[in-house]
Amino acid sequence: MQRRRSSKHSKQPLQVHHSNQTDLSTWRKGGTVGTEKSAQNHQSLSDQKNDDEQDSLEQALSYFVKSLPPEGFDVLLDVALSGKLADTVNTRLLKSLIPASAIPESSIVSSVSWFCVSKCSSNIQLLFLRWLITMFDFIDHKEGVHALYGIFFSFLNDEKLCPYICHVLFLLTRKENGESSFGMQPHLQALLSLYKLFCPELVSITLPQKMKTYFKNADGPWKAAISAVRQRNLAKSAVPQPLLLGTAQPRSRKRKWNTQLIVPASSANAQHFLVGGKMSRVDSYGANRAFPVEQLQTFPQLLQNIHRLEFPSQMGSVLTNPLLLHYMNCSKDESVYLRLYYWMGQTLQEECTWCVVDNNQYEEEFKGFLETVYKAECFLQEGFPSCEEFLYRSLPLWDGVSCRSQILQLITWIPLSTFSEMKSQLCDPLAQLFFTSSLYFKCSVLESLKELLQNWLNWHVVQLDSESDSQFSSLNTTLSGLVNGVAELINFVGRISTAALHLEKSHTFLLHFILDFYETVCDIYPKYKLPLLIMPPAGVFYPALLSMDSVNLNQLCYIMDFSSCLNFEFWVYKSEIEISAFSPHVRQR
Amino acid sequence: MAGGAGRCAARADGTGIQMAGGRPTGSAIEMEGAMRTLPSSGRPSGTGRLSRGPLFGRNYGLSPGSRLLPPRCQENADPQKVAFLLHKQWTLYSVSPLYKFSSADLKDYARMLGVFIAAEKQKGLAVDMNGELGVRVAMSGLPELRSSEQDPAAVLVQLSLRSSVSPKNSEEKLIWSGWFCCVAGDDLLEDLPENFTCLPLFLVNGAESYTAIVGSWFQKTFDCCFRRLAISPLNLTWMAAMWTGCKVENNKAAMELLFSVPHLPQPLNISYAIHPEDAKALWDTVQKTPGEITQEEVDVFMECLYSHFHRHFKIHLSATKLVEVSTGIASAHCDGIIKFLQSQYLIGVLMLLTELAISQIQ
Repeated sequence: MQRRRSSKHSKQPLQVHHSNQTDLSTWRKGGTVGTEKSAQNHQSLSDQKNDDEQDSLEQALSYFVKSLPPEGFDVLLDVALSGKLADTVNTRLLKSLIPASAIPESSIVSSVSWFCVSKCSSNIQLLFLRWLITMFDFIDHKEGVHALYGIFFSFLNDEKLCPYICHVLFLLTRKENGESSFGMQPHLQALLSLYKLFCPELVSITLPQKMKTYFKNADGPWKAAISAVRQRNLAKSAVPQPLLLGTAQPRSRKRKWNTQLIVPASSANAQHFLVGGKMSRVDSYGANRAFPVEQLQTFPQLLQNIHRLEFPSQMGSVLTNPLLLHYMNCSKDESVYLRLYYWMGQTLQEECTWCVVDNNQYEEEFKGFLETVYKAECFLQEGFPSCEEFLYRSLPLWDGVSCRSQILQLITWIPLSTFSEMKSQLCDPLAQLFFTSSLYFKCSVLESLKELLQNWLNWHVVQLDSESDSQFSSLNTTLSGLVNGVAELINFVGRISTAALHLEKSHTFLLHFILDFYETVCDIYPKYKLPLLIMPPAGVFYPALLSMDSVNLNQLCYIMDFSSCLNFEFWVYKSEIEISAFSPHVRQR
Repeated sequence: MAGGAGRCAARADGTGIQMAGGRPTGSAIEMEGAMRTLPSSGRPSGTGRLSRGPLFGRNYGLSPGSRLLPPRCQENADPQKVAFLLHKQWTLYSVSPLYKFSSADLKDYARMLGVFIAAEKQKGLAVDMNGELGVRVAMSGLPELRSSEQDPAAVLVQLSLRSSVSPKNSEEKLIWSGWFCCVAGDDLLEDLPENFTCLPLFLVNGAESYTAIVGSWFQKTFDCCFRRLAISPLNLTWMAAMWTGCKVENNKAAMELLFSVPHLPQPLNISYAIHPEDAKALWDTVQKTPGEITQEEVDVFMECLYSHFHRHFKIHLSATKLVEVSTGIASAHCDGIIKFLQSQYLIGVLMLLTELAISQIQ
């Protein structure tokens, strides 16, 4: 009896980790982990919670997105052939076992042992044989499989399985025959005579090559479909083709010349080399000559040359250069921001993978670009207006899949001032995607909205502290605008959380993220000095109160305790109103 | 589905990011009004410097409810000067504002560009080709191509190949030409500081390799961005309507519309040709508002043409994608290719194209 390998040891589906361990990451507030890591945490928690079959099925289902790495075959073949799940599920599982590279021999051997035990139905056994025949060429080493020759031979008695067994044996025999031409001949003859006996479709057995044509080639289409899937997955475009948005433009195979996704290197402005005395930079003193930007390497250099530093000819290159970002922060020149605004806006619009046809093959590059923009925003602790406009334009068209974590990260830097006007452009598409997507997407959105709130509150604190604020006439207008904006966001999150908890049946993760958000909300007055107190709505409060796990209860108690310190009577009064509204049959005290 | 104002689902052809206006007039004005109340410098000093950009002064690509009739310019029409622009296929690009571009330095720019081209061309070669067979760059201004003094003067770049046959009387063959222009670009001009030059439309005729080299040089030197300018089917219908209404003497060219039906096993192209006088007569009955053309009039005009076609061939052209429009004045293709056929309406066509380019930049 085969000992079943624990599925916990098999590797997670392929996830690319970008380690952002540069100096810029230290600017990120709170040092929160990215959404990828939190997704992994979700998965490990779910492993502990559910049972074995549920566990393996979920893991199995997570493989459906792409073709399989070699490690996956063990688990999935075990699941499919062990007969624990229904036939329909096993059929689908087997049909989707498409190798990304190769199939390890050990998985074949273990699955043949399951096959022998016949725990699964005969249909599944048949399907397994067909699968084995189709995938024969992908098995990496075949010595073990050859050793099972005798086992296959013994199945020849079964009428239903016979043609497929013959085919398998044929494949095995031919390969062996290729290696040692002499010893196998009598066996081959015996086998061929058996074929003649049991498989009447074979007419002539004179030449081995001809035999192959007499095997039913019913799995030809299956093979063709499999090769198409593999090709598609190798080309890394698992995203389905987007709808035809925008007029299709003819793009040649070569990447177009005006693409600026690769951020240009900092170089001095070529106009300085204008010959003919038009240069204004060259002084007889020489000391006033501009410091060449390529030589700027260290912070002390920046400080020494700050009076004669010039921006590079292409503003886009400042995004990857923290020293130039520092310099940009100090600069009062309007044209600097305008240049960056145009360059970033045009590049984002042009290269957006879901708005422009043909662009989805360059998704990795676009993701990298969005990451660069996000890191620069974190460094400067504010958002770029061109980025924000890009989000407003493209979020209504977003599918929720392309560049998901990057887009959700960029949302966290949308400034409050534009939020109130552009609320529908942001909230409506986000809500639509939110309700129709997976649990993990919901949690990611909630996390990014929490960070958005934190960024607004941090900005407000900085405003309070900064002394040089003389542009705005009265602080009240800013304050009321801020309070309104924050209240709108919190109410929005309250509404979508309530609905989401209904949809997900008060799932623990979701509740955790929602309560995380409300933890930030209850910090608003004590920590950020903004006069606003908003309680979690009834649709969030009661599921949290009645939840069965300690983590969420703990968080809820923290929130209640915190707010109760502020205004106990207010809270009690409000909750009484809510209890009576929620369950009118409960007698009020 | 989604409730954004002005989103229209009627046309089956892809209307892109530009939301085709269901009620464009009202909503465009409303949106503009709402946005202009925002202060342009959004935040106090200390933080928020980045927010100084022309925020929200525009209507997010909504097609305008109405456009002015194209002017028929006879005053500054010097047909010889612009004759070389006619009857050639120009590919359209939109260009973001150029930084520190001065029209007085055109000769120097030409020289720098020439050096750059020579360097690029020699990248793969080991042999030093010292100007025997070189590319010569000429940059000049075209002050005629603008609607008012506020527009910056158009700039023409021409690449010609010097033949090595006779070194002293070398004949030069024009191999590539491209020109920047801006006609009635007030939307963009009013916000820009001085060291920016706004020439949002770029038209190019010649090999793609030279376009790539010249474009990269401009991008590196003036920090601008080139993007292919596609013309949506909606804008093509506007062009069809506007150009049909233009009076042209001795116009023999029929008005031709080319439709394509995508996603068929064998692609189907439908060409619909209309006698120019009939088309003009139809347009004259439709167009009522003096001095301007509205979206409704364009829609009615196209509907008439479609229903006429349907009556004869039982094909609904409104479900296909309009790909090309040719009239006696100009012909335009949805991939962003234009051909000018009449010099008197050149400015009018350029005005429309400039507007499209600006909407792509903002």
